[in-house]
Amino acid sequence: MANIVQVLVDAIALGSLYALVALAIGLVFGVMRLVNFAQADYITIGAYALVVPTASVTPPLLLGALPAALMIGGVLFVVVVLALLTERVAFRPLRNSNPSTLLISSFAVSYFLQNLVMLIHTGRPKSVGIGQGLANAVEIGGVRVPGVQLLTMVVTAGLLVALVLFLKKTPLGIQMRAAAENFQMARLLGMPANRVIALAFAISGLLGGAVSLLLTIQTGTLDLRMGLMPVVYAFFATVIGGMGSLPGAALGGFLVGVASVLLQTYLPADLRPFRDAGVFMMVILILLVRPQGLIVTSAAKERV
Amino acid sequence: MKSDTMSFATIGRFWFPVLALVIPLAIIVVVTGQFGGLSIQRTVIEMLISIVIVVGLYVFVGNSGIISFGHATFMAIAAYASAWQTCCEMLKPITMSGLPPFLRDQSIPLLPSAVVSVLLAGGAAFLTGLVIMRLTGLAASISTLAVLFILNVVYSNWDSVTMGSASIVGLPTYVTAWLALGCAVVAIVVAYLYQVSAFGLAIRATREDEVAAAASGISLYWSRLIAFTLSGFMVGLGGVLQAHYLGTVSINSFFLSFTFLALAMLIVGGMGSLAGAVVGVVVITAMVDIFRRLEGGISIGGEQWSLPAGTQELIIAAFMLLILVFRKDGIMAGREMTLPEQEHREKGLING
Repeated sequence: MANIVQVLVDAIALGSLYALVALAIGLVFGVMRLVNFAQADYITIGAYALVVPTASVTPPLLLGALPAALMIGGVLFVVVVLALLTERVAFRPLRNSNPSTLLISSFAVSYFLQNLVMLIHTGRPKSVGIGQGLANAVEIGGVRVPGVQLLTMVVTAGLLVALVLFLKKTPLGIQMRAAAENFQMARLLGMPANRVIALAFAISGLLGGAVSLLLTIQTGTLDLRMGLMPVVYAFFATVIGGMGSLPGAALGGFLVGVASVLLQTYLPADLRPFRDAGVFMMVILILLVRPQGLIVTSAAKERV
Repeated sequence: MKSDTMSFATIGRFWFPVLALVIPLAIIVVVTGQFGGLSIQRTVIEMLISIVIVVGLYVFVGNSGIISFGHATFMAIAAYASAWQTCCEMLKPITMSGLPPFLRDQSIPLLPSAVVSVLLAGGAAFLTGLVIMRLTGLAASISTLAVLFILNVVYSNWDSVTMGSASIVGLPTYVTAWLALGCAVVAIVVAYLYQVSAFGLAIRATREDEVAAAASGISLYWSRLIAFTLSGFMVGLGGVLQAHYLGTVSINSFFLSFTFLALAMLIVGGMGSLAGAVVGVVVITAMVDIFRRLEGGISIGGEQWSLPAGTQELIIAAFMLLILVFRKDGIMAGREMTLPEQEHREKGLING
């Protein structure tokens, strides 16, 4: 029994992590029709900002050496600035391009950033120890929950609530939802396009920074591709959730995370390495049944 | 077109866009074969193989306007299939013990094995397309990414058959510059005949305006599925060539970096036309080659001087972004090579 609860805790923790990444992708897609590959590199660069660029496998800490609050602030700041920078330099000039062009350009930005990190930090995986105290398990009602899992759940739940409140209650949040619904119309009604798009990128950077901290605490390693799998999962999450729908993105992220943990637990041992293939196959099967995704928005289909 | 009533000039005009691509390529092969060093000759062969691949990619991406991240999948399928059939007869029973006996214990002649591999790639593209072409543009693009990841996960972990993420070495290397040129010409001709055929025109119509094309009786699903399958066959051929040029096959060479490079070639040249695909390959191959040499180090005035490794990737990515921002239809801007008198007449007709 406790075992099932344990699995559920894992599933919810990973699902909510993916939901965060999917929301970041979904927000930017909503206002700009851009599927942002570079989100992966926001996460990676956030994590690499913790250490001094050297060729060493156990590099000295940079931002990671600061007290917790400053470290968190520092990483979030770096990633938000990076997200805004990519928006300003690469995506703003392309704003009126079609979604395919935008997709390709974000692929190029991502490739650029990834190779930049490799140039600065070398391609070797590194180990970094932050938040060691969190590794201890906390016992809740007979179930041992690792501190990191608990932290992930608390942080993601907190961010999700904050994001929902922001989108529902503040003028900018409402403008952002309006932009996702119908960008042209929102603009005609006085929505400040530049500010709303920049804000969407800033939030996606913020979420990216949070995810990179959580991932680094969980794994203790830095890797050039550490942001890739969460973001690829998030892509599929936004597609099965229904492109352009924020609740859909969160739901999709949750589903793929949960599915991933369940497959990892219940697949026979020799099939476990194929877990990701199983999840992606499931994504394609869901699309076969519901090509528009689970939650269909009016923005998903172009009107004639 | 009834060829018996066509005058010589008409035929010439019909084939000009192909000849204008093929003849310069042939000249490059002849000239580098005569005067170039070994490393230049190798670059030329790599370029011709890339042309097969990128023209194959263009058949789907260029004509449909849907970006595909999944074509490396079909290359990998063909390359591995060819490796299973032709590679290292002595070692196969040990390193790839999971192969069925008819593959494990014998080698299959080169030509039939290449044909089978290409057919397999096309078949895989057809099956994948059956599912993915039901989706709208962006969702389809992202699903092709799912396909790429699925194959990568499966082949990297299917140790008894693919040797996992290790390279299979010892494939017969029979690809010469002339064979690569021959395949590139075939790819260009096939792509051209397809794009001027009724199927090609139909899918180009869907690229310009889905709703209007559907209203004119064009099936989005079938026109895209045909293009996807055909391009699967073509990149499969590219995969076989690459495997038998390098003599090794490794699953990680068919993943994101490769996908990026192939797409960069297509985008830089301009994904709207066959000429764009070919020009893009030539330009990017030249850039990659130059910067690879600079990274390797050159001596200027007796002083050894080199760029840090990784500069080449940064420059290609930056160049692609610049093209997207300042010339978003690529170098050729969706135009084919045409004779001057033809240009104004056909503008807006074939050249979308």
